[in-house]
Amino acid sequence: MAGDGGVGAAVKPAAFEYSVPDTLEEALELIGAESRPLAGGQSLVPLLNFRLARPARLVDVNRIPELAYLRKDGAALRIGALTRQVALERSPLVAAEWPLLREATRNVGHAQIRSRGTVGGSVAHADPTAELPVAFTALDARFHLRSSSGARTLGSEELFRWPYTTALAPDEMLVEIEVPPLPQGARAGFVEHARTHGDFAVAGAAVVLAPGRYAAVALLGAGPKPLRAEQAESALLEGAPAREVAALAAELAGGGYPRALMADLVRRAAEEAGA
Amino acid sequence: MRVAVEINGEHHEREVEPRTLLSDFIRHELGLTGTKVGCEHGVCGACTVQLGGEPVRSCLMLAVQANNLSLRTIEGLGDDPEHPLLRAFHEHHALQCGFCTAGFLMSLEPFLRDNAEPGEEEIREALAGNLCRCTGYLGIVEAVKQAAGEIKPA
Repeated sequence: MAGDGGVGAAVKPAAFEYSVPDTLEEALELIGAESRPLAGGQSLVPLLNFRLARPARLVDVNRIPELAYLRKDGAALRIGALTRQVALERSPLVAAEWPLLREATRNVGHAQIRSRGTVGGSVAHADPTAELPVAFTALDARFHLRSSSGARTLGSEELFRWPYTTALAPDEMLVEIEVPPLPQGARAGFVEHARTHGDFAVAGAAVVLAPGRYAAVALLGAGPKPLRAEQAESALLEGAPAREVAALAAELAGGGYPRALMADLVRRAAEEAGA
Repeated sequence: MRVAVEINGEHHEREVEPRTLLSDFIRHELGLTGTKVGCEHGVCGACTVQLGGEPVRSCLMLAVQANNLSLRTIEGLGDDPEHPLLRAFHEHHALQCGFCTAGFLMSLEPFLRDNAEPGEEEIREALAGNLCRCTGYLGIVEAVKQAAGEIKPA
């Protein structure tokens, strides 16, 4: 206990109760407004250390094996919420069929963060500068939520609401992210700008392109949540050059520097995707 | 709450509060002070240890989360002064005050295991998660280049 003397009592976070269920059902019974899930902890633990977050209870979901998987089911990719970011980064399946996810993940923090950070945690935390929410937005991913009383599935547009704010109810947990297949031969580009490597991004762009069939442009840092640049997507689908697509997308960013930066990032991402 | 961990092959058991960080547990409870604590919010990398062979920030884990798991700290690497990475750090003066060194080594050892012939760009990217406030990065990059030639990837 704090105060029972010596350096042994060194603590940073405020006190909390700790539960470590080994099934999803048990976890869902436990979570609520004052009882928050702890996944990789790469965002939550700093908040605890600063005492910006003071939950009464943490429900550690790291020992629930049924939440950690990465597999192809039919043509779609299914990612369990507890899947570590490093698993996404190293998966040959992801590299071959959803290369955008690999590129985006390589930009998440550092290797020491990705080893522990989870895919679902990054989505549920909804940091407006996070890479994975933007990549999933570009890929039309579906987010599967569970609570002790039911289940529902949301798209990116419905899930992400505001910085650090999603449509998840206090007793709901994100359990799976489902990524639909891309047309054969689709290419992708993910480019971001951060002050130093691995730092929070200032802006970024995710582009997916299968010429004539599919085009997606999603922006990081152009608003309070991941944004799709629809006009830029239409132009890209019709074969517009990268520079023109970039100018259209950048209209969603603020003027001056943010717009110039966004135009450059989208152009480079579009070129990587073959535009 | 009871925590049982294996660190560098040795079994340890202690009673801790759930809010005890793994970094503080390693240093204050177990007395393994080779692991350093810097920013305590996952930026500086000084507290990096290995969990299941992967580098992790010990200030971003609770000690109770390590229950029944195996960890490796700098004490587990430092036992071998002839280790190519340690020798290369020595020979290239890849440390000044040394505070960041344990974190760098715990991050670099798995990096070199997974990357047989890293280019300078890859080395710099691998170092990006560890801060050296003496700014001795050039020596560190040189040391990694030398060690990379000597370590056989797994």
